[in-house]
Parts: sequence; C-alpha cells; structure tokens
Amino acid sequence: MGIDIRLPIGFVFALVGILLTAFGAASNPAIYQRSLGVNVNLYWGLVLLAFGLIMVMLGRRGMRKLKD
Amino acid sequence: MGLTYIDWIIMLLYFASVLGIGAVLKRYIKTSTDFFLAGRSIPAWICGLAFLSANLGAQEVIGMAASGAKYGIATSHFYWIGAIPAMIFVGLFMMPFYYGSKARSVPEYLRLRFDEKTRGLNAISFAVMTVFSSGISMYAMARLIQVLHVLDPIFDRLHLARSGIFHVSVIASAIIVLIYIFLGGLTSAIYNEVLQFFLIVAGFIPLVWLGLKNVGGWHGLTEKLPAAFTHSWMGMSSPQTNPLGVDWFGLVAGLGFVLSFGYWCTDFLVVQRAMAADSMTAARRTPLIAAFPKMFFPFLVILPGLIAIALPSATAHLTATKAGVTTVAVENYSQGLIPPKVDPNTGKPLLDREGKPIMDYDLAIPNMLLHYFPTGILGLGLTALLASFMSGMAGNVTAFNTVWTYDIYQSYIRPHESDEHYLWMGRVSTVFGIALSVLAAYATTRFNNIMDMLQLVFAFVNAPLFATFLLGMFWKRATGHGAFFGLLSGTIAAAVHHGLTLPAGETVGIKGGWLGPILHYYPSDMAQNFWTAIWAWTTCFVVTIVVSLLTQPREESKLVGLVYSLTEKRSEKHLPWYQRPVSLAVVIIVVLVLLNVFFG
Repeated sequence: MGIDIRLPIGFVFALVGILLTAFGAASNPAIYQRSLGVNVNLYWGLVLLAFGLIMVMLGRRGMRKLKD
Repeated sequence: MGLTYIDWIIMLLYFASVLGIGAVLKRYIKTSTDFFLAGRSIPAWICGLAFLSANLGAQEVIGMAASGAKYGIATSHFYWIGAIPAMIFVGLFMMPFYYGSKARSVPEYLRLRFDEKTRGLNAISFAVMTVFSSGISMYAMARLIQVLHVLDPIFDRLHLARSGIFHVSVIASAIIVLIYIFLGGLTSAIYNEVLQFFLIVAGFIPLVWLGLKNVGGWHGLTEKLPAAFTHSWMGMSSPQTNPLGVDWFGLVAGLGFVLSFGYWCTDFLVVQRAMAADSMTAARRTPLIAAFPKMFFPFLVILPGLIAIALPSATAHLTATKAGVTTVAVENYSQGLIPPKVDPNTGKPLLDREGKPIMDYDLAIPNMLLHYFPTGILGLGLTALLASFMSGMAGNVTAFNTVWTYDIYQSYIRPHESDEHYLWMGRVSTVFGIALSVLAAYATTRFNNIMDMLQLVFAFVNAPLFATFLLGMFWKRATGHGAFFGLLSGTIAAAVHHGLTLPAGETVGIKGGWLGPILHYYPSDMAQNFWTAIWAWTTCFVVTIVVSLLTQPREESKLVGLVYSLTEKRSEKHLPWYQRPVSLAVVIIVVLVLLNVFFG
C-alpha cells in the first residue's frame, strides 16, 4: 500500500528519541526524584532513538522492494 | 499536571504524524475496496498488530489497570483465558471462510451462508453498536483530559472558561479521526493502530519498570499484596474464595468460551483487520501474530494497577473533584495511589452501604503516570493514552462505514450503483458516523443510565452470536431460518436470565431482577454476566439446530467455500514452519500454559 509503515513509525520514534535524549541531557536532575533518581528521559530517549533508526532502515529496504 | 513545552512538542508531533499518514495515503485510495478493505494488500504482521490495537482502546488500558487494582492478577484471565484461545480459533478455523468466501464484511458472510434477514439483523445491530462505542470512547477521552487538567493552563492563559475543555476535547478528537479516515480509509486506520501499538509499549515499559523497581520486583509485589492478588487461579474452585466472585466453570465457559469467542471470532471491528491481509495465509496468521504481544499485555496494563495499590499511601495525586482539591479525609481513605471517589459538592469520600469508601480504580494509570514520570516522558505516556483513545474510535468508525455502505446502503437503499458512488458513500458515512458518535458522547453526559442500558442490550445481542457462526461454519445442515430465530431467541434468553437474577448486594434495576421474581443471586456481577452469556449461547445453539432440522436445507453446491466440510483444505507444506498458522498456534499454547503455571 504505497508506503512502508515502518518508515513513518521510525521517523516518529527517532524524533521523539532525539527530543527526549536532548531534554534529558540538559534538564535539571532534581526533576528525576519522581523516577527514583533515574534520568528516564535520557535513557529511554536513547532506546527510542535506536528503535526508530532500525525501523527507518527496515522501512527503506521495504520501500525499495515495493518499487521493484 | 506540570506539563512543559517538551510534553506538548511530543503530543503535537504525534497528531501531526497521524494526519500526515492520512494525507500520504489519500493518493492510493482509488476504489471502494481500497477504502474499506485496504485493497486486501496489507502484510500479516501489520494486520496482526492492528488486530490487537483496534481492541486496545484507552478504556481497555485504563479499565484493565483498574481491574488489576481491584481484583489483582486474576484480571489476566481476560487475556489468557478470555482472548488467546479465541484468537487461535478464529485464525486456524474461521478465517478460511471469512477470507476465502470473499465476503467484504462479517454481515455479508452471514448473507452468503444463511440469508438476507440474518445479515440485516447483524448489520443493523452492529452499526448502532459501533456508533455508540466510539461515542463512549470520545466521552471517556474528554473526561480524562478534564480530570488530568491537561488543557487547564492553556484555557487560563486564553481567559476561557474551563467548562469549555470537554467540548474542545470532543470536537478536536472527532475532527482528527475524521480527517485521517476520510483521506485514507481503513489503511489509514490500520497504520495508525500500528503506530499506537508501539506508542503504548514505549510509554508503558518505563512505567512498569520504574514501578517494579520501586516495590522490589515481582517478588516484592507478592510480599506486599494478599496472595490471591498475585496468583491468578487461587480460590477458583468456588466463587466465594476468589476476588472475581466466579467459579472456574463460569470463568472458562462464560468468559473463555462464549464471550471471548463471540467477540474475537465474530466482531467485524477486529475481523476487518484480518480481511485486509494480502493473502489467505496472511489472514489466518493475523490473529495468531496478534496473540503473541497480547499474551504479554497483562504485564503492561494490569501490573501498573497492582503496583498502584502496593505502594504506601502517600499523598493522593488526583481525585476526580472539580479543582483537584484533596482533603485530609480523602488521603486517609486512599489505597496506595488509588483515591476514593469523592462527592464533588462536599469534597468528602463516597462510602458504600457498609461504610467502606468506594475506590476510584480508574485513576490507577493516570496516577501512576503522574507519580513516576517527570516532564518529557510524561508527554510520551500521555500521547500513548491519547493514541489509544483515537484508535479505539477509529476502529469503530471504519467498521461502521463499511457495514453501513456495503450491508445497509448497497443492500437496501441504493443497489447497482458504480464503485465510485460507494467510495463516495464511504467517505460520507465516515462524516455522519463521527457526527453520530459526537451526539452519543453528549448523550452519555446527559443520561448515564441510558448508556448503561444500551451496553446491556448490546451484551444481549452479542452473547448468542458465536453459536450462529459455529453452526454456520461447521454444520452444513444449519439454515437461514434456524440462524435467524436462534439469534433472536438467544438474545431474548439473555434478557430473561438477566431479568430474573441479581448480583448479591445490588438493587433491582439496571443490574438485573427487573422481570419481577428473582430466582437466583450471584456472588458478583461478573458471575452474572458470564452466566447470562452461557444461557444465551446455549439457547441459540439449541434453537438453531431444532429450527434448521424443521426447515429446508440449502443446496450443498451453494455452500462450497462457506462450510468446513464442503471446502477444500489448503496445503501449507510449502511454507517454512514459522509461517504456518498451525505451528504458530502450538507455540502460543505452550507459552500460554507456562504463563498460567508461573502466575497461577
């Protein structure tokens, strides 16, 4: 169906990942009291970024197949 | 609730991509099949995740956590007994007829197999039901936005009255869903459901991880909670000894067989996702692929409820009062993160007849999010919730526009029109389907009892359905008259059973007993529901058989491809083992048994 779904999902997650990672790196550590002292924004942002990039990669490969 | 710019950016990013997906897909929608069935071109894994997500509305997410807080891990029966076996069955045994018959909807299968009146009955009750379900979804979303005070700062800054928040939430969600379905049809809905699936997982894993870390892991949880809360089968031999108030037979027959097979195997909302698959094997694999993540969803949606009550009662984060005022009295009544329900006028907790506070379990997820998530990831958690509300709505709307256009409009109002005309009708019906949902959402705010009553009526209509499909697919002698009168009598049987019984401690009315004499008291309303379903199913099953035997059978040549014994079995020998539906089913069953043993 036209576009490979992994592409938009990958972009959304990569973008959210970048946003969270950057925010996590710059934010005041005091706000992480809630999350038991863990900087969830930074770590989870990195996980989402990695996931997003993998999806983009798979999606691009899928798109190439779609065109053939 | 302490949202900052980063949370808003994440939420807006989600809304932009939802609309963007719709806009991109518009180009590919050329025929009515593209719009209603995604051109039957979607790979199995995407259909599978959409199959799972379409059912995973936010009421489900919030409700399962609420139920986890109220009943404990026994809630997992709704997944492990109540969904997985039915998903295996629909994939292995029923999909060949749904997909192979080339029916475009579940009601259309009923016309092919039985007759016009059976289809009409099913199509009309289903269409009404979807409109109200999406209306209820819309209402619940607007209420949650109000309770969480998401939009309050914006409204204050713009000097608008906060009473407008409900209206803005309803209208905004309606417009977004309208746009992306109007443009991209079922493909758009499916793509967004897959996105929602990943968002829910991404939003809830860190929540569960932090919660478990806090209470000392699963082991810590078992030490903090009563044993029945962490052992799903404990005390199931008698309804008096387990939190659900049902015995194992009622659970397995009522929930595991009648209700869940009735839902997963016959509800067009989910079956439509499999019908969009690109091949027969892909259609059969759809529910099986969905079953894998489904088995593990209890850990994402039920565990937060368990964690919420296991935590020490600190300050309650939220109560559903007007301004979120928490009084000392309220905090004293709280159980972990779960506050009691509060009388909005006095600010005092509501008590039941025995003087115990009535807990507001629906706040388990919202309070967990607020308790553990700092700004940033809080935006992600909130986006996950909003996404599940939207796709809950979208699932109903796409099922509605298909059944309306094919089974009602094309069958009874304007047959023999061009395909373009029906594609146009699909878009028009999306608009009025959503408009009706908005009306339903407002009806809910006005007449809460009417909604309860409607849901009860739907339960009566749905309970016998699976008997009809089972006989239709596996007994070639079943006839149209048999199916029609079986369905009617099953629905009546459900209503009569409900009217003659009552859960203990309830008053006569919406809960049952409205026919006069009360013949039986059930220990809980869940037990009553399960037994209502069992009665309805059995009545439909028996009446369908009796009436079928008394009426003229259909010619066998007309039933090829619609009935098991008359349909050629397809060989799957050429597929690698991991793509064969049967081997997937075996793996699922093994994992399912292990889960039940471990958490039993």
